[in-house]
Amino acid sequence: MTDHPTPSPTTTPAAAADVVHLTAAATAAAIAAGELSAVEATQAALDRIAKVDDTIHAFLHVDPEGALAAARSVDERRAAGERLGPLAGVPLALKDVLTARGMPTTCGSRILEGWHAPYDATVVSRLRAADVVLLGKVNMDEFAMGSSTENSAYGPTRNPWDTTRIPGGSSGGSAAAVAAFEAPLAIGTDTGGSIRQPAAVCGLVGVKPTYGGVSRYGLVAFSSSLDQAGPLARTVTDAALLHAAIAGHDPLDSTSVDVPVPAVVEAAGRRDIRGLRVGVVRELAGEGYDPGVQAAFAAAVETLTDLGAEVVEVSCPHFTYALAAYYLIAPSECSSNLARFDAMRFGLRVGDDGQAGAEEVMSRTREAGFGPEVKRRIILGTYALSSGYYDAYYGQAQKVRTLISRDFAAAFEQVDVLVSPTTPTPAFPLGAKVDDPVAMYLSDLCTIPSNLAGGPAMSLPAGLADGLPVGIQIMAPPFADDRLYLVGGALEEALDARRGHALLDEAPAL
Amino acid sequence: MGITRDEVAHLARLSRMSVTDDELDALAPQLEAILSAVARVSEVAAADIPPTSHAVPLTNVFRPDVARPSLTAAEALAGAPATEDGRFRVPRILDPDE
Repeated sequence: MTDHPTPSPTTTPAAAADVVHLTAAATAAAIAAGELSAVEATQAALDRIAKVDDTIHAFLHVDPEGALAAARSVDERRAAGERLGPLAGVPLALKDVLTARGMPTTCGSRILEGWHAPYDATVVSRLRAADVVLLGKVNMDEFAMGSSTENSAYGPTRNPWDTTRIPGGSSGGSAAAVAAFEAPLAIGTDTGGSIRQPAAVCGLVGVKPTYGGVSRYGLVAFSSSLDQAGPLARTVTDAALLHAAIAGHDPLDSTSVDVPVPAVVEAAGRRDIRGLRVGVVRELAGEGYDPGVQAAFAAAVETLTDLGAEVVEVSCPHFTYALAAYYLIAPSECSSNLARFDAMRFGLRVGDDGQAGAEEVMSRTREAGFGPEVKRRIILGTYALSSGYYDAYYGQAQKVRTLISRDFAAAFEQVDVLVSPTTPTPAFPLGAKVDDPVAMYLSDLCTIPSNLAGGPAMSLPAGLADGLPVGIQIMAPPFADDRLYLVGGALEEALDARRGHALLDEAPAL
Repeated sequence: MGITRDEVAHLARLSRMSVTDDELDALAPQLEAILSAVARVSEVAAADIPPTSHAVPLTNVFRPDVARPSLTAAEALAGAPATEDGRFRVPRILDPDE
């Protein structure tokens, strides 16, 4: 399934190696100024993919022809004097859970191997309208269920910081592609932390927008009340530009909310958080948190104080139950959503020999097409929703969800944003947790509350622990996504200044 | 609250998903461990707390009843495992013995 490209050697100038290190904003500015063509930027990304993706395995599908055609169109229209958008000509890696015409959509699953969606997700049509260049589809845990990308049916992705370690998940391909300089931007999706955790362990900026802020049309559903697409990038400004490009009301998604998109790009550039009230969540610390993670997080919080923020400790007592509630709610919705993979209308069909009935074909197809984690969650969700257990499990989890939202509401009466580590540990070795689902689930301990309550959250590089990236998570109330970018932009600038360079500059060369 | 191997097999049947003996052997203890971890939700006193099914307070989203472009039949059928006469072809749905 992995069809790596064999693009012709680049004919771009000697600067090609540097082109892939440009931020999205700098790439777009160079293209707009005529210093770089969109074709050169795209070819540089394709060459980088050809060079490093055998090692990283971020991409499931590369589309050199489509990418170069989109880039040529940008160059032609620029030459004709057309005014282009702020990301025109910038290459992007798309998580393979969003549909895009002309490319396969597998969701990292055998059950959709070779399937081509007949329509674009709204996120994708907005990216095309913004003249963003789609390089191809990137790897993920099957149907976005996992925290390591090891649950992909097409093999794991590796962390560019240490290729023996996981890149996080489920948007591990998105994070690895950006951290390995295969693309300056990627789209991921986040149901329980699947953008923020990979961003944290790969040293990137990753944002889960407010639920309802970005259309889910064309995002293959795992847990419909929690799933949300968002940006991964190397800087806060780049993430803001991508966020602004994909956000906004969409009549094709009835859970999309018709409110103005928060001014995220402006917020990213403000760089002044004097007087801002920051709450450190007491419950997201302590036992189980790696000492290196705690140290990097504490240093980042100290920096917020240095920048003039008022930092206080805040208690959110029900956050300690968020993981348990999530692992009832998400599998319950999953067991319902994944019923659509029934071997009848799309994807794999196994055992249709002319004799077997539909139910047997369905059962054999789902056995062959789903991997172990998906099966675990379908069975768990079926159990939690079954009569006799519904009230004790799913019903009770929904009540805990209410209490978590109330904890957030009470906290946001005292402070403007909340912070915590993004993950309890840095990237763990490949294979370390594949046979221990409960240990794997703990990766999402800090990120899940925002999914349950719907508010936006960002992971930003805080520093290193034993040479591996650590993220600080910033959480805001629903539809106050701009606060993430305000705090993120100021903190990124201060941490980069203290270090003398961006964190990603310390990643080993590939 | 425990979950037995037989219960897992029953749940797999309800999910229309065949599982092998080896899978059952692996799944039963894993689900047991997951359930004992998530059973923590019952520790929360929440008798009078309303449930939240959705983070966005939206109900009854309507749109004007107007036709708009949609997929052609050929596009809708293009990803199907089998088609016949412009329709999805499916295995028999009735048991011949019934």
